[in-house]
Amino acid sequence: MFVSYKWLQDYVDLSGINATELADKITKSGIEVEGVEKKSEGLKGVVIGHVLEREQHPNADKLNKCQVDIGAENPVQIICGAPNVDKGQKVAVATVGAVLPGNFKIKKAKLRGEESHGMICSLQELGFESKLVSKDYATGIFVFPNDVEVGKDALEELGLSDEVLELGLTPNRSDALSMLGVAYEVGAILGREVKWPVVEKEEAAEKATDYISVKVEAKEDNPIYMAKIIKDVKIGPSPLWMQTRLMSAGIRPHNNVVDITNYILLEYGQPLHAFDYDRFGSKEIVIRRAKDAEKIVTLDEAERTLTPDHLVITNGSEPVAIAGVMGGADSEVKNDTTNIIIESAYFAGTVVRKASKDHGLRSEASARFEKGVDPARVREAGERAAQLIAQYAGGTVLQGAAEVDELSMEPAVISITLEKINTLLGTSMTVSVVESIFKRLQFGVELDNETFTITVPTRRGDITIEADLVEEAARLYGYDNIPVTLPIGSANPGQLTDYQIKRRKARRTLEGAGLYQAVTYSLTSQEKASQFALEARESIRLAMPISEERSQLRLSIVPQLLEVVKYNNARQIDSLALYEIGSVFFKRDEQELPEEKEHVAGAITGLWESHLWQGEKKPVDFFVAKGVIEALFDTLGLADQISYRQAEINDMHPGRTAEVLLNGEVIGFIGQVHPTVQKDLDIKETYIFELSLKALAEAEVAPIAYQTIPRYPSTTRDIALVVEQATKAGDIQDIIEEAGGKLLKEVSIFDLYEGERMEEGKKSIAYSLKYYDPERTLTDEDITKAHDKVLEAVKEKAGAELRG
Amino acid sequence: MMQERLLELQEEALQKVAAASELKELNEVRVAYLGKKGPITEVLRGMGKLSAEERPKIGALANEVREAIATKIEEKQKALETAAVNAKLATETIDVTLPGRPVNKGNLHPLTRIVEEIEDLFIGMGYTVAEGPEVESDYYNFEALNLPKSHPARDMQDSFYITDEILMRTHTSPVQARTMEKHKGQGPVKIICPGKVYRRDNDDATHSHQFQQIEGLVIDENISMSDLKGTLDVFAKKVFGQDREIRLRPSFFPFTEPSVEVDISCKICSGKGCSVCKKTGWIEVLGAGIVHPNVLEMAGFDSKKYSGFAFGMGVERIAMLKYGVDDIRHFYTNDVRFLKQFNHHEA
Ligand SMILES: [Zn+2]
Repeated sequence: MFVSYKWLQDYVDLSGINATELADKITKSGIEVEGVEKKSEGLKGVVIGHVLEREQHPNADKLNKCQVDIGAENPVQIICGAPNVDKGQKVAVATVGAVLPGNFKIKKAKLRGEESHGMICSLQELGFESKLVSKDYATGIFVFPNDVEVGKDALEELGLSDEVLELGLTPNRSDALSMLGVAYEVGAILGREVKWPVVEKEEAAEKATDYISVKVEAKEDNPIYMAKIIKDVKIGPSPLWMQTRLMSAGIRPHNNVVDITNYILLEYGQPLHAFDYDRFGSKEIVIRRAKDAEKIVTLDEAERTLTPDHLVITNGSEPVAIAGVMGGADSEVKNDTTNIIIESAYFAGTVVRKASKDHGLRSEASARFEKGVDPARVREAGERAAQLIAQYAGGTVLQGAAEVDELSMEPAVISITLEKINTLLGTSMTVSVVESIFKRLQFGVELDNETFTITVPTRRGDITIEADLVEEAARLYGYDNIPVTLPIGSANPGQLTDYQIKRRKARRTLEGAGLYQAVTYSLTSQEKASQFALEARESIRLAMPISEERSQLRLSIVPQLLEVVKYNNARQIDSLALYEIGSVFFKRDEQELPEEKEHVAGAITGLWESHLWQGEKKPVDFFVAKGVIEALFDTLGLADQISYRQAEINDMHPGRTAEVLLNGEVIGFIGQVHPTVQKDLDIKETYIFELSLKALAEAEVAPIAYQTIPRYPSTTRDIALVVEQATKAGDIQDIIEEAGGKLLKEVSIFDLYEGERMEEGKKSIAYSLKYYDPERTLTDEDITKAHDKVLEAVKEKAGAELRG
Repeated sequence: MMQERLLELQEEALQKVAAASELKELNEVRVAYLGKKGPITEVLRGMGKLSAEERPKIGALANEVREAIATKIEEKQKALETAAVNAKLATETIDVTLPGRPVNKGNLHPLTRIVEEIEDLFIGMGYTVAEGPEVESDYYNFEALNLPKSHPARDMQDSFYITDEILMRTHTSPVQARTMEKHKGQGPVKIICPGKVYRRDNDDATHSHQFQQIEGLVIDENISMSDLKGTLDVFAKKVFGQDREIRLRPSFFPFTEPSVEVDISCKICSGKGCSVCKKTGWIEVLGAGIVHPNVLEMAGFDSKKYSGFAFGMGVERIAMLKYGVDDIRHFYTNDVRFLKQFNHHEA
């Protein structure tokens, strides 16, 4: 809502407070003023001129040579290219030395050999947006009414020196969608009176009801409808002051009748519509829901198909307007219109919203109906419009109105105690402070001891419960005056849940291992949604996606991380390590919420270690990635419960991929992205993992129990085993651990050889075995006994040969 | 005679010790003077010729001389050894300005960093962290929050619906509704709810179809607007700096009444007005208010007994203000050059 500072003074005294101060006060007490604009800022030297002579430029077809009286001693010669300039017009002249928008300075010039001392201006040249300029002057200069005084400041006459406040209204404050509504707000803030426009009725003896009748068939949609008739009007331009006020509010002037309906809309917040009586097609107005597939051609020349969801005004047989949204082309007020019907009505928000949405028509009128107009203003707005039409378009207002009025208008009555207000706000306002706030708002106030009974005017439809009154008290008392306290009362321990702590531990561990946390989108394409998915389940599609690329909920995080790798690789960042913790979504029954599981995923590529000046460089490989997740399992106390199994997974390297199992259940995978996929994505060799964080965090963890620090020496025996190429080191380790008994405390691999010196299809793995007994020093005999069992077991179970 | 001879030998030996420049040389001096075949021993051997009176005197002197020489040799030896070590170490000198061996080190995403910081602040004030599903029912996302199906603020166009009743949550408020419901009308409730949310927006510098919110909710007897003000004051000072002030402005949200927008004083201009704060001296950071009685009642709380406050903010916005990030898309592009910048602890 745009509010002219000057116009607002018609309704409330603003003496002693300038536009900027006013804006600040309005913002602080509830309606955000998003800006204060003075269009004439930085402009100067534009005066009203009188075109005394106009002739064709001797050397140019499209130029006019004008002699213009600008209130100076002598007229000046101005060359003007506007097609509509003519002798006798009052126009805006930018004189030599003038400054126009865009810091455009006017200088004396010579155009095709003729001197020009200034410029005759169009409204656009003075800073008006094209969409606000009346169609009459859209392509030429603006012509003032003849009564303006030559030499006066044209910017002032056009309302450009006015200041306009732009209000950002929240949906509950539709009461401020009118000048009067803003006046109430400002009146309450400043503690000043609101002055209503004076409507002096001057009506003919002839009755409106002799010309038209009104019948409402959809009373819930339209409880009150009034039709006034004005005869013998003359369509022409509206007065300049009205046009400038409309433009300051962002509405384009058309003609006197349309401008007046818009002016009332701005003044009262009550949308009106004017029909051409002679083109209406009947003498009755019938308001009803549209029939299925019924058609209407609206003012914008578009044919629209209606449904019973839409409310229409009809002439008894055909729709002539979509109620509250737009009139029909057939009954439009045109230049030759002489008799008119003014409609003032209350249409329900829901039915207007439906029509405006279905037809893509949002107007100043529909916006107000949708949010709810003040039903108490319907009548007065209609009367005032009729009087203004008579005043500015001539004609006679017929007596009374044809109307249906079944509106039950009960104002809301709410009781609230002073204590309730003070408790909820933490304030200690007195009765009189609160009372004066409600009085300034012009609410009905009855006070019984410390209980207020408030009668809320119908203009404030947003106030229905106690809390609404508390808000009114708070905002007018001033939030700056509310004290600063902290909640007191029962104290609970604030803490993270076990799951949340584990999630944070996972983050710390992965960061400590060198991975950066990424956050990517949950929505992805159909194709990527299920790529690398840990569980082959159905993904979920949005009903109305913005794009195919973001149409599906992800089943895995890895594809998003690979996008991040791609992005970085494309920017010469070849080495990177990332992880993400986020939800993936699995479809359940249509009516059920999907299953959401938190996963942790990682992508590592490029060099893992690079200490180049010392010549060290280690590219990422499977075991780098595995080391990272092993650290994670260790932190979570799950190292003993995890195992790995060689696996083939789509889009993964067939020989370099493992499933990760937690107590025998697959909870994730790790491995290299399939080289073909790497090539398609244009990324370097990349290792990835994705694990169910939920499974990891929910697994049972053994408590920490102190183990005695070794007091006796341990003994280490090394063995090198030659086994089949396909034999897994992990399996051998399991065999050793099992066979070694309780004296065998540690098994580690210290060498792996698969080179030329080996027999075809064989490899050698060397293990280091540490024997130890916490109770005594082991003898050679003890160790040999245990060790021999190990040797026997590997020979038997893994077909291993001891290497010399 | 013997006495003079001994003193002469001492003099001679000490000169050689002083002149020795290597350990080997020094050792030769030691062997030459203190050894069994050395001149001092030789002198002592001739002591038989002396009178019984003189013998102990000469013996004592001989010991003194031996000791003096030995002491000097020891001193000299230490000095030579130190010099030798120093000379060796001098050859081992390295350029200490060369870079160290890098230790791999990652860090939190800036959004998580903000979330953890805020979580920790509120945990310290007795809050717990509540979480909920990112795909929500229409009921928890809207209806339980005083946004019935007919509410004008609801538009299918603004949300990612999956079915008529299921959608990607548009805010973290449904977690509040779920938590309240779990409390079955029993206060107190003190929670902070972080999480991802989704709106049907096209991505640009200031909009993202996915973003993160963090909301807070306190329900107890006698919770007031002044408690909200105090709580947010603590928040603003912790997250944005001790010298920050907050300002509450009336606003509108369906789930709170009264509702406020909360501004913090602009860091850049200290409240004087600059381009960042659009010349107002204040920057809008979050929305808040007193929980609407309908919301309390719907979750089973007696609105006559209990009151509460709620607040909510966009994590991206906080991060953008705090770190000066100018484009919301940076948070989701994950350019490592961006991520790396959020790596150290700030005071
Ligand atoms: Zn500033």
